[in-house]
Formats: sequence, structure tokens, C-alpha cells
Amino acid sequence: MRVAAPPAKPHVAARTEQIILFRISGQPFAVSSASVQEVRSVDSLAGVATEIDQPTLRKVRHVVRRGEKTLYVVSGAAHFGLPPSSAGLVFVLRKTHTALLVDGIDKMATMTRLQALPLAYCHEERAWYRGLTALDQNVIPVVNPEGFLTAEEFALLDASIVPETIPDILTGEGMELL
Amino acid sequence: MTQPIESISQSFVLLRLGERRFAVAAVQISELVAPSRIFRFPHRTPKLEGVILRRGRIVPVCDVAEKLLGKALTSRRFYLIAVRHYGDKSEWVALPVTGDCELIAAEMTNAGEADAPHVAGWISHNGEVIEVLNLDALTPGLETQSTPSAAPVLLEARP
Repeated sequence: MRVAAPPAKPHVAARTEQIILFRISGQPFAVSSASVQEVRSVDSLAGVATEIDQPTLRKVRHVVRRGEKTLYVVSGAAHFGLPPSSAGLVFVLRKTHTALLVDGIDKMATMTRLQALPLAYCHEERAWYRGLTALDQNVIPVVNPEGFLTAEEFALLDASIVPETIPDILTGEGMELL
Repeated sequence: MTQPIESISQSFVLLRLGERRFAVAAVQISELVAPSRIFRFPHRTPKLEGVILRRGRIVPVCDVAEKLLGKALTSRRFYLIAVRHYGDKSEWVALPVTGDCELIAAEMTNAGEADAPHVAGWISHNGEVIEVLNLDALTPGLETQSTPSAAPVLLEARP
């Protein structure tokens, strides 16, 4: 009697995600490369970004315009409560009105598993991160691109600027992603 | 007629924090492990030091000594990995301890109204009265409910 072989398991391709590993004040973070529209040198903002003075929102000191879009430049160090650092790059985040100042990029990598932030973490960090990923025996927080400014903070910033007065400077010179 | 009160012996793990000993119900304990590398990242939740990697899981490390002793631990020998309930979910949490742990059987007297929320009850062992810890009250956490919006514990990476 022949025993039928068990049906072959359908091959399920591992779902992966390309991420950018970067640092702010020496602290490693990751962000999905799909959520970064452009990486620019901070130097490209010099002299053309408009200053914002919101005493209650010190993490945003500048605003720039890219076409029809107003981008608020968020200091990653101030946002995460890290020591001030010298930012070298700015990430223009897709589908948000946020540009993020970072020290620099470590490398690109492939994330195969994103673990939700443990439930023990119960404050603002739940909005900051999509979760954590283990990579090369390290645990890296994966930032949520929409977690840098709340709706209330956007409203506060929007009320403090006159968009027409902001020069459109973010054209060319940047590195487009995807 | 008065019904006799049945006392039931339960298993507890005795842990040492500095000079004091505390107990946790043994059913809540997963394992005792040697300290490993702590991965730290910015957050705003008090008492959480970071996370460790254990059996492929990312486990938060929660220093409960400050709340229980009034001061942080200066040395630690092990992490006690315990199950912490968050509403209808549960996850591991690592508690730094300073000495060996011991498994004992004892009868617990439930905590009274005057006891702190983190005290589940009291046991007597070798002439010592020991606090049984309620980890759900002792450690920080997001209480969850069975709602569609509750975040899953494990997420696949999104393409």
C-alpha cells in the first residue's frame, strides 16, 4: 500500500521591508525607506529655511516649502530628548509635513520582523515608534514617520506661519529614494 | 454553622532585592537568566531601563527596586523573567534581582485594604513575613482590551 505523501506546504515568501539605519546623538534608529522621500544635506537648508519661534515647541525651529507642501523641520535630538547633536542630514518624510534632522546614515538593511513595542512602554514612545526590530544582535527602534508632530502641534505651527512668505527651496540637490 | 476556611498551599518564587526578599507566584515566572546586554532607546515610561533579547523575543527590563526599596540596585546577578498581564494580553517582563531565587510552597494571606496596590498578599517562610508582589500593579504598562484597534503583539514587516 502506498501512503500518499503529505501535500507540500505552499512556499510563503518572507515579507521583508527595506529600512534605513541612522543615528541621532549617537543613538541608532531605523525608518522604513519607503517613508523617506528624500535625503538632503543640512547645508542645503542653510540660509533658505524660515525660522519659527514657538516657545512651546522647541523641536521645530525651521520651516521650508517644497512645491505646495510646507515642511516643518524637526530636531530628532529634541524630539527624543537626546543631547543636542550636530545634524548632517535631513530626511523629507513621505506623506507627512515633516522633515527630520539626523546625524547621519549608518546603512540600509532588510527587516524581516517588526515586533510591536512591549506593552510595558505606555507613554509618548507608543506614538514615536512602529515597533522594534532585532538586527545583527541589536535591537533597533523603528520610528513612526507620523509620530514626530501631533495634529495639535501641526495646528499650532500652521497658525504661526504665512506660507506665501516661505521660499520654495527644496528642489534639486537631494537624493530621491524609491 | 461556620464553614472551615480551607487554606491552599501555592508555589512562590522568592527573590532578593538588596537586603530584602519578596515573593512572586510561581505560575507567573518563566525563567531566571544571567544578565545580558540591555538595549536602550529613548522613551518616557519611568522604571523601564531598556530591553533584552531572550529566545527571539524582545523583553522589557523593569527595575522595581526603587519602588520597593527606595533606591536603585547597585548590583544585579540575574533577571527574573515573569509574565505581566495587560488587560486581556500578557507579555514577559525582566526584573533585575540581586541574588539567587528559591522555589517554596506557602499559604498566602491576601493583602488588606491598607496594603499598597503592588502587594498581592503575604506569606510566612522560615520565620520571615514576605510580601507577595502583584507585578501588574508594580510594573508600568498599557492596559489593553479586546478591541479591534488593539495593536497586535507581533507584526510582520510590511513590504
